[in-house]
Order: sequence, then structure tokens, then C-alpha cells
Amino acid sequence: MILNKVLTTFLLIAVQSGQLLFAATAYVSNEKDNTISLIDTDRMEVVDTIPVGQRPRGIALSRDQKLIYICASDDDTIQIFDIQQKKIVGDLPSGADPETFALHPDGRHLYIANEDDNLVTIVDVANSKVVAQIDVGVEPEGMAVSPDGRWAVNTSETTNMVHWIDAKTFELVDNTLVDQRPRHVIFEPDSKLLWASSEIGGTVSIIDTDSKLITKKIGFLIKGIHRDRVQPVGMVLDHTGKYAYVALGPANHVAVVDRKTYEVVKYILVGRRVWHMAFTPDNRYLMTTNGVSGDVTVIDIEKQKAVKSIKVGRYPWGITILP
Amino acid sequence: MLKTLLSVCLVVVSWVLDAQAGAVEEATILYLKQVEVLQPVLSNMEEIPLDKGLAGARLAIVDANTTGRFLNQHYTLKEMVFDANTSPDIVVDVIRNTSISFVILDLPSKTLEAVIRAGITDRLMFNVGSSDNHFRDALCQSNLLHTLPSRAMITDALTQYLVKKRWVDWFIIEGSKSVDRLYSESLLKSAKKFGAKIVEHRTWDGGRDARRTAQAEVPRLTQSVDYDVLMVADEWGDFGEYLMYRTWDPRPVAGTQGLYASGWYWTVEQWGAAQLQRRFTRLSTRRMGARDYAAWAAMRSISEAAMRTNSLDYAKISNYIQSDQFELAAYKGRKLSYRSWSGQLRQPIPVTSARSLVSQSPQEGYLHRVSELDTLGFDKSEVRCQRN
Repeated sequence: MILNKVLTTFLLIAVQSGQLLFAATAYVSNEKDNTISLIDTDRMEVVDTIPVGQRPRGIALSRDQKLIYICASDDDTIQIFDIQQKKIVGDLPSGADPETFALHPDGRHLYIANEDDNLVTIVDVANSKVVAQIDVGVEPEGMAVSPDGRWAVNTSETTNMVHWIDAKTFELVDNTLVDQRPRHVIFEPDSKLLWASSEIGGTVSIIDTDSKLITKKIGFLIKGIHRDRVQPVGMVLDHTGKYAYVALGPANHVAVVDRKTYEVVKYILVGRRVWHMAFTPDNRYLMTTNGVSGDVTVIDIEKQKAVKSIKVGRYPWGITILP
Repeated sequence: MLKTLLSVCLVVVSWVLDAQAGAVEEATILYLKQVEVLQPVLSNMEEIPLDKGLAGARLAIVDANTTGRFLNQHYTLKEMVFDANTSPDIVVDVIRNTSISFVILDLPSKTLEAVIRAGITDRLMFNVGSSDNHFRDALCQSNLLHTLPSRAMITDALTQYLVKKRWVDWFIIEGSKSVDRLYSESLLKSAKKFGAKIVEHRTWDGGRDARRTAQAEVPRLTQSVDYDVLMVADEWGDFGEYLMYRTWDPRPVAGTQGLYASGWYWTVEQWGAAQLQRRFTRLSTRRMGARDYAAWAAMRSISEAAMRTNSLDYAKISNYIQSDQFELAAYKGRKLSYRSWSGQLRQPIPVTSARSLVSQSPQEGYLHRVSELDTLGFDKSEVRCQRN
């Protein structure tokens, strides 16, 4: 009887610690180290560093959250990382120099930007086949697929356009001219608006999905930092629908933008040359990759303040978090 | 009735044809290159590529046409190469008689001067071949732009870095060619502007083969002078390479060799530059240099303006490029634009050693009320000529 009770208690503890073991993990691609850093988001500590292909940049979870896709740019491939086994288990054909990608809500079609070849490659992840390749502008970079699955968009850094690809026919149907050197694109959850950041232009354009026209342009101004150094790159939209967070590259700040008024409500100081960001699953923290300082900054969302910085590999670029 | 229908039909057909024919707008860019008179130099390690400059324009045409597809714009590059002995008048006549509105000039200073003095209007011209200061501050033309940095920008960029390092006592060694004199004059101006001091100024007489004699000569030449850095003015690369590691005291070498500033060099990789370097090397099987970059930037300026104005019209493009709205992302981390007072493309300047990028000027702390980029080269108040 007593033994029984002890056993149950023991089991309970085991279950609890088991939950701890399965706390959320952030995966950070280190562009200049050919590794990914695994960060336990409860302890906010690096728990593992795993070698991957050359020049890892874009990084994303599979729909079933069992795999992570990693752009190994200099290996001209997308690597498939098995989360359970903690190792690379295969790769996908990607076209040359894949930089970023976006997964269609169907979980099957991966849209890949091929920076050197002015192409977008669409791969069916179920059978590892290239479904289509689409000619886009010079130096394709950002990729996004609308949550309703209708549109895939790509930015070309030197052509300075957002290219609209019909996700059913895989045809390029329209282009929106934006400011210099467009980088990242992200759709609002209702698919009606697209956010596009222009690194050298120093702006974020809000584009209406129906008309493909720019409806609003957001500028940034940080006291003491020359406006040319304010270079928007990565963006994330929060789950409340209230704020967007825009990484400002060498300005070393993240801007918090009101999604109704498009006013910047706050600038948060982070590490050097901030690239990309991801929310923790509880939406309490935002984690940023900082290329030059080689670390990840943890921002407390409620306090809107950086609370910790975590050393990772050289030139951290992408980040994705597994709940 | 049938007749009416038929003619309606015909009208529709011809409209469709018109729409197709008019769909793609064409622009031709004329690239005029005059080969330089090659100077015999001791340092013969590196070959001067025959397509210097041209290769940059060729790459930009490929880029422009990739972009142009989405706007129904198409570009063609027409190349004309003149030998070193061609009379400047012939080049002037070509520009005067061509129907092409956009002309890239990759010419020696003497020929460029003849082109400017001819006063040809209705052409938008880009100088990518001459860094001579007097084309920026004394002899200007309203329809002439410069994408190649002036010597003043080059020496200012280097000087800012050295002054920031507090290596301010300079020992200048100047070569015997006229361009070496221009370079050292520009250095003197930069030194005055940013607070470096010339403690010694000597000329390299160049009588002997420096490759074999430098080890004995350079220590003697640099002995018993108290200085921070040996500044060399040797644009053709005759002897400058042989000064390093041979000075009496252990001192760095800077100027045209050692640590030098240039509009572009293969060590530049930040701000996406690695992509441009890669594209260039793939197309021309060599590394990209300052003149290639200047030609690329000229062509890119045209296509950028064509894209923003949605037109290939000469006047529209010309006005847009020289307006406040114009900005060019060109792998230097800042947007580039043209100075209205000189037509010079304002741009950051890499400061590099042979195999690694050391810095990029303007250096932090050199402030300017309009643009920090205008701390490099001639500011408005320093320019004597009138462009408009």
C-alpha cells in the first residue's frame, strides 16, 4: 500500500520532469558556423549545438512539427532535420543557393527563393519533387504564402519588387514596386494585407492583397541613429492582432508597430544587426537573432524590454520555435 | 452591315497588334571605351583586363532586363572601343551624331575633357573612367554624372580612417607620373581637411629595378624621419608594392598600395555585395574592380529611374536621376544618390588591404548636416563650376 503510494508519487514526478524535458525549443541557424543552436525557452539557455550543411539561413517547422527544414545555401539544398532523432535525415531539391522559403498551409508545397538564379522553386515535400520553377526579379529573397493559401509572394532585392504567384497555377500574375532592397514579407492572418520590409529604403510597405497596391508606408526614426542605418528586415505579427515587430538590422533595435494606426509605439534595443524573430509558444517572449554580436536577445513582450541575451554560434540568422 | 462589322473587326485586330508591338519599350545605352596608353611598370604581377568597366555594364544590362520583363522594358548595350591613339575629336563626333540618349564614358581624362568642352546637350552621360578632381569642382556639365569616385573621395576616405587611428604624421613618397602628382595633391588636401601632417615628402626617382633593389634602398630612403605611416602615390603600381616590410622603422604603408581606398574591390562582401561579386565573376570570369562597379552603377541608375518613372524617356529619366527622390541600393549599406553641385554619385568608399576589407568610410563621427557621405570629396561650397 505504502509502496503503491510511493510509486504513484514517483510517477507523478517523472511525468512532471518529462514535461520539463519537453519545454519549447528554439532552433537558431548560425550562418557562419554551419550549425544550429538549440535553446530551451524555459531556461533560456543553449542546450545543444548541431552541425548542419553549409551556410544555414532560412529555417522552418514542418506542419506536423516533427521536422525542421533548413536552407543550406552553399550546399544548394534544403536539409530535413528530424527533431526526435536530432539529426539530418534527408534533403529536398531546392535549386541553387536557397536563402529563404515558406510552406503552403497545405503542408506540402515549399516555396523557395533561389538567390543566385532569379528563381522561385516550388517543391512537393511529400515526394521531394520540384513542381515548378518561376522566373522572378534579381536576387529573390523573402517568401510568404497567404494563410488562405491563394498567394505566394516573393521579394527581389535588386529588382525592388514584390512578385505575386498564384498558388494554384504556379504562375506569376502581378508585381508591386516597393522601396530599395525588399527583404521580408508577411501576411496578416486574414490574408488581406501584406507587410513588406525594404532594407535600404528604410521603410515597411503595407500592400492590399486584392489590388496589389501599397496602401501605407511606415518609416522609422530613432534618436541618435542616422536614418540610413535604420534598415528593416525581419518582421513578426503578434497573436493579439495589435502589434507588429520589425527588426531594424544595424540600428540594433526592434520597432513595435501598432497594426491599426501603423504608428511606431516603441523601439527596443537588442543585439547588433538584428535579423529575424520568433515568439515563444506562450507569447510571453520574442526572441531575435543578432548577426554581428552572435547572440539571441529575449524580449519580454509585456514589459516591451530586452531581458536576456544568449550567446549562440557565429552570425545567427533564422529562428523557429517548436512548442 | 457586314462592312461595318468587318472594319470593326479590323480595328480590333490592329489595336491588338499595336498593343503587342508597343508592349515592350526599348532603350539602348552606348558604352564608349578608349583604351589607355599602358605605362611600363615594374610590378607586372597583375594583368589589366581588356573589358575593365565594360564587364560591369554587361552585368547591369542582364540585371536590368530581368527587372525589365515585369515592366515591358528592354535594354541593349552598344559597345564601341577606341584605341589609345584615337583623336578625342572622333569620340566627340560619335556622341554628337548618335541617336542614343544614354552614354557611358570610359575615357582617359584628355578625351573626357574634349567631350565636356564640346558642350553636347540632350544626352545623359556617365563618367566611369576618370577620377580627376577637376571634373568635379572646376569643369562640370549639367548632363554629365560621375559614378567613379573622384580622387578627392578616395583620399578623403583613406584619410578619415588614418586620422581615426591617429596615424597622422605622414611620410609621402610620390612617383614620377602625372597621375601620381594628382594623387599626392589630393592627399595633401585631405590631410589639411581632416588634420594629418606631412612630415616628409620625397619623390621616387625610379631609375633602378625596385623589385631587386628595394631591400637596400627603401630603408635608406625612410631612415631618420619620425612618422606614423608611409604614404605612397603610385597609381600605376610601379614601385609602391615594394615599400612594404622594407622601411627603416616598422611602419605601415598606405595610399595607392598597402592600405588603400577604392570605389570597389573584391574584398567587399557585406550588404549583399557577395551576391554581386559572385554574379560578376560568373559572367566575366574575373574579379570586380572600381571601374566595373562604376559602369554597373551608371547602368543601374538608368534602369532604376526607368522603373520608378515607368518610362524610358530620356528627359524623364534624366530628371528623376537628378531629383531628390532618386535612391539606389548598390551593395554599400547606404542608399546612393547624385550630388547636384557636381553630378558625383555619393557613396561609401571601401578601405582595404590586398586580401581583407579593413573599413568603409565615412568613418563614424565625421558628421555633416545633410549626409555623412558628403564628408567624402567636394561639398557644395568647395565647387567652383556651375552645373545648371
